[in-house]
Amino acid sequence: MIRFLLKGLIRDRSRSLLPMIIVAIGVMLTVFVRGYINGIMVDMIEQTARFSTGHVKVMTRAYEENMDQVPNDLAMLEISALTGDLRQSFPDIEWVSRIKFGGLIDVPDENGETRSQGPAMGIGLDLLSDHSEESERLNLDKSLIRGSLPETSGEVLLSEDFSQKLEVDPGEVITLIGSTMNGGMAIYNFTVSGTVRFGNTGMDRGTVIADLHDVQRALDMDDAAGEIIGFFSSGFYDDEIADPVITRFEAQYHDEEDEYAPVMVRLRDQEGLSLYVDMTNFMGTIIILVFMVAMSLVLWNAGLLGGLRRYGEIGIRLAIGEEKGHVYRSMINESIIVGVAGTIIGTACGLGLSWLMQTHGLDISEFTKNATTGIMMPNIVRARITPPDFFIGFIPGVLSTLAGTMLSGIGIYKRKTAQLFKELEA
Amino acid sequence: MEDNLIIKTEKLTKRFPMGKSEFTALKGIDLSLGTGEFAGLIGPSGSGKTTLLNIVGSLDTPSEGKVIVLDRSIGNLTAKEAARLRKEKLGFIFQNYNLLAVHTVYENVEFPLLLLHIAGTERKRMVLDALEWVGLTDKIKQKPPQLSGGECQRVAIARAMVKKPSIVLADEPTANLDAANSHNILQTMVKLNKELKTTFLFATHDEKVISYLKRKIYLLDGKLDKDETVSN
Ligand SMILES: Nc1ncnc2c1ncn2[C@@H]1O[C@H](COP(=O)(O)OP(=O)(O)OP(=O)(O)O)[C@@H](O)[C@H]1O
Ligand SMILES: [Mg+2]
Repeated sequence: MIRFLLKGLIRDRSRSLLPMIIVAIGVMLTVFVRGYINGIMVDMIEQTARFSTGHVKVMTRAYEENMDQVPNDLAMLEISALTGDLRQSFPDIEWVSRIKFGGLIDVPDENGETRSQGPAMGIGLDLLSDHSEESERLNLDKSLIRGSLPETSGEVLLSEDFSQKLEVDPGEVITLIGSTMNGGMAIYNFTVSGTVRFGNTGMDRGTVIADLHDVQRALDMDDAAGEIIGFFSSGFYDDEIADPVITRFEAQYHDEEDEYAPVMVRLRDQEGLSLYVDMTNFMGTIIILVFMVAMSLVLWNAGLLGGLRRYGEIGIRLAIGEEKGHVYRSMINESIIVGVAGTIIGTACGLGLSWLMQTHGLDISEFTKNATTGIMMPNIVRARITPPDFFIGFIPGVLSTLAGTMLSGIGIYKRKTAQLFKELEA
Repeated sequence: MEDNLIIKTEKLTKRFPMGKSEFTALKGIDLSLGTGEFAGLIGPSGSGKTTLLNIVGSLDTPSEGKVIVLDRSIGNLTAKEAARLRKEKLGFIFQNYNLLAVHTVYENVEFPLLLLHIAGTERKRMVLDALEWVGLTDKIKQKPPQLSGGECQRVAIARAMVKKPSIVLADEPTANLDAANSHNILQTMVKLNKELKTTFLFATHDEKVISYLKRKIYLLDGKLDKDETVSN
């Protein structure tokens, strides 16, 4: 009997091939779109983490309250000790110190007179120690347009657009005019070693990237830093990793009285990222639901058409003495076979497409040129294949074929047997 | 009339809902058939032939009255019991053959035996026997779309007969066939009726069919009009 039904299924293309193709296409899109959107969201979040927020960030409470003003007068002191403690307490997290600073960049001519000037946002991070991964983290190597990365202290990178605006080339000297940690005036000379472009308007407009120690020297911040940021070893932000870390950190450092006591903030709570984190988490579910509903509707209709076409077959099977329940179940089993087969094909195709998008990526710099959000849009978006992608397609694939068949089959089930004949004789 | 009663209706009435009112298709039919009869329901279109055949075949239920088929009361059967009666005892032949298009001749004839869970070698022998009766042993691998109308109807007869049912119900079996094929089919059925003692009940207004009937039951407007037994 099973062989008989299987033969029918395989031979009747409109019963097997057509719904299988619908399922395969739907599942392929589900897997691909999920992987793709997930990739974009995760890329955006991680890009922001690398440049700015970390997965968690430690700063003084006062600094945290005024974070958008980069208040270095409220920075943390004795950071080598604090970083050492953090490394000991949280060995799974990579801790790095950074100083964000604002100021004016002044380009002097040969007489020392101002040739050009412009406001700058700076980041001081560890570029020069052997073990530092900061330059890799910011992808400086790949972003380099002219010159080279800083190799000795006193060298900085400028964003390419900024250097063109200031008309300054690698090798030339620029002067940073800013304020020291103690509120004094800071004037410090750097040599431009090279220029970079990140493909993010905010970053490309007027950024100076300097070594942490140079910035500490320039701003009178010896062994001080505005931020210590931590990166999870998994490479991806996750609330479930962040939350216990924060709980433990607070138990150790929380001090209601001292506004200079360190506080720890997770990525989600910075720069309005919580929306993006939530979206990333829910996106998969939403995509699956959307495709499931769409596919069910298509398959329902395909099933109705197929069912109408099958009135003859079903009528005769009933007349010969097959029970309605048996006919209905055999239709459902058929749909499961079709759903599983379609899902396997669709998942393979979807993963293939995602893999292509993961290795090659899509250049979207054209669209993000005018980005003004706090979010960092990477230049090239890539799909990201995660383990769920291998089985997630089964939910819409099998459920929608099932739903489609059940909905269309119910009509047959409810009809009087004699009525089926009336309709098929007509 | 033969001795063993196999079909009996008493005051059989069938009403169909028609909008808000009802339409009465059968109006108090009293009818008895014995084992081995070769009988036909004859009447103009709309006289209730198919309706009566469907009720006797347990595909439909009476609105009023009694219908006893093989000692079972059709009106009181559950869907399962009706399916079982059809599976074990009844064979159907339709005007438009109703073969399973994607299955071969062999598989079409085999299907009723699969439902009866008849084992492999026994099943094969029965299928080949049935195809032999209708003279189609050379076409077992073909599929219905590759067959002529007459061949299709012969497959349908083989399918109805393969399990040696007690009753075969045939609704306009020759309506789509030419004269030669009609006679061929009818001769096959007469032969099976003789050899296997199967009871045949036709619904027809085809003169060719009528000429083969041993008993002619005339329906008119849902009522029994005439009941003639041919003596030979
Ligand atoms: N399901 C139904 N609902 C409403 N009326 C029906 C239904 N089935 C049959 N009828 C009506 O009952 C009457 C008898 O129908 P039936 O099909 O039994 O006629 P018939 O004698 O087989 O005719 P034909 O020779 O055209 O096949 C017809 O008037 C038909 O319209
Ligand atoms: Mg009829």
